Amino acid sequence: MLEKLYLLGFAEGGWGTALLGAAGVTVLLSMLGFLLGAVFGAVGASGGLSSRRLPKTLASVYGTIFRGVPDLLTIYLFYYGGSVALTAIANAFGSGGFVGLPSLATGIIAIGIISGAYQAEVYRGAYLAVEQGQFDAAKALALSRVQMLRLVIIPQLLRHAIPGLSNVWQLVLKDSALISVIGLVELMRQSQIGAGSTREPFLFYIAAAALYFVIAGITGQIFRRAETRTSRGILHL
Amino acid sequence: MIDVGFFLEIVPQLLSGVPLTLKLAGTSILLGFALALLLALAQQGEHRLVVWPIRTFVAVFRGTPLLVQIFLIYYGLGQFRPSLQAIGLWGLFREPYWCAILALTLNTAAYGSEILRGAIRNVPRGLGEAAQALGMTRLLTLRLVILPIALRQAIPAYGNEIILMVKGTSLASIVTLLEVTGIARNLISESYRAIEVFLAAGTIYLFLNFLIVRALAHLEVRMTPYRSRS
Repeated sequence: MLEKLYLLGFAEGGWGTALLGAAGVTVLLSMLGFLLGAVFGAVGASGGLSSRRLPKTLASVYGTIFRGVPDLLTIYLFYYGGSVALTAIANAFGSGGFVGLPSLATGIIAIGIISGAYQAEVYRGAYLAVEQGQFDAAKALALSRVQMLRLVIIPQLLRHAIPGLSNVWQLVLKDSALISVIGLVELMRQSQIGAGSTREPFLFYIAAAALYFVIAGITGQIFRRAETRTSRGILHL
Repeated sequence: MIDVGFFLEIVPQLLSGVPLTLKLAGTSILLGFALALLLALAQQGEHRLVVWPIRTFVAVFRGTPLLVQIFLIYYGLGQFRPSLQAIGLWGLFREPYWCAILALTLNTAAYGSEILRGAIRNVPRGLGEAAQALGMTRLLTLRLVILPIALRQAIPAYGNEIILMVKGTSLASIVTLLEVTGIARNLISESYRAIEVFLAAGTIYLFLNFLIVRALAHLEVRMTPYRSRS
């Protein structure tokens, strides 16, 4: 086993560069998916907080579906569904044949939709955690609604949201491994390729696990920093 | 856009995967709960040689994707076939079903043990002291006082974990098992009707989750005899 460790190195015949590059793809995919999810999450949260019935129902349906259905199923929906839609559009413009959706784009959209459903709940809870007095004070200062949100509410909302967002981020990072099933060469897929061509699956999957673990550890630290930073001046009992 | 005839045609096919989904989820949730309880209780002693390996196990299984864990067990351990055959475990690791069960069990045990550990720690200290003042042994205190309260408080969090496990069984389809998601993937790649298949399979999962939520709510009331719900 140990004499095979050179397979993970950076010298000739080593897979180190390929694995690190693939880990970079995993981080990129997760980050873009998470950011897209922040947009969906903000829309979902504002729907959930709305007093009108239609936005509230839509937000609740969105959250229920994408938090309750296996992520793998959602990924298949966007991969196959997206390709079918794209092919139909291409055919309408006169190009025949099948058009596949790029797997990175599909992955970002799928992770965005899934993590958006979780982020919506985080933002909604964080909004409700901002004290009523803050809204009253903003109104007393005659701030417009946009100013109130931008200058008073959102900075405080983020402080409440960070622990929840950190959880969603960890979820996203682990979900990104599922994007390997649609052929994107991220960390999981690259280690499968390595395992297949060297016939050392144990070594490669251990390496993949270790890299995921390290990425999760480093990024978790960033969230903890952000938490300390945003709660400056707040007394913790 | 949605073809109702096709929808009705695929529902029975997808339903035929439900027993396997339930078997995977049920077995791993029960085994995982037993292991989680054991790990949570073992950490109460705070003996460093016990706590440190458990913490490492928990950190590793919570910090890596479930898919990597399944691959590591199914493909990775397959590499050690001669040794596994020698100790008579090859029959287990050759089967994708048992590999999926093992990965799901270890995964849920890692998350579950943290939930239970927190719940046990949150039981007010006075209750344990009162039990001891009554002359109960430590085991009796645990069984009659600490665990009933801790388990009840753990139900909402553990319920989330159970739902995550039901969703997690879908990954078994990647190691060739044809449970609901596996059948759904085959149907999609044959018919290219992703929306109908997604809606049908998604409804099955949402219904399963709904049943779990209701059952746990019922269990929570049952375990709280003095508090009737309004």
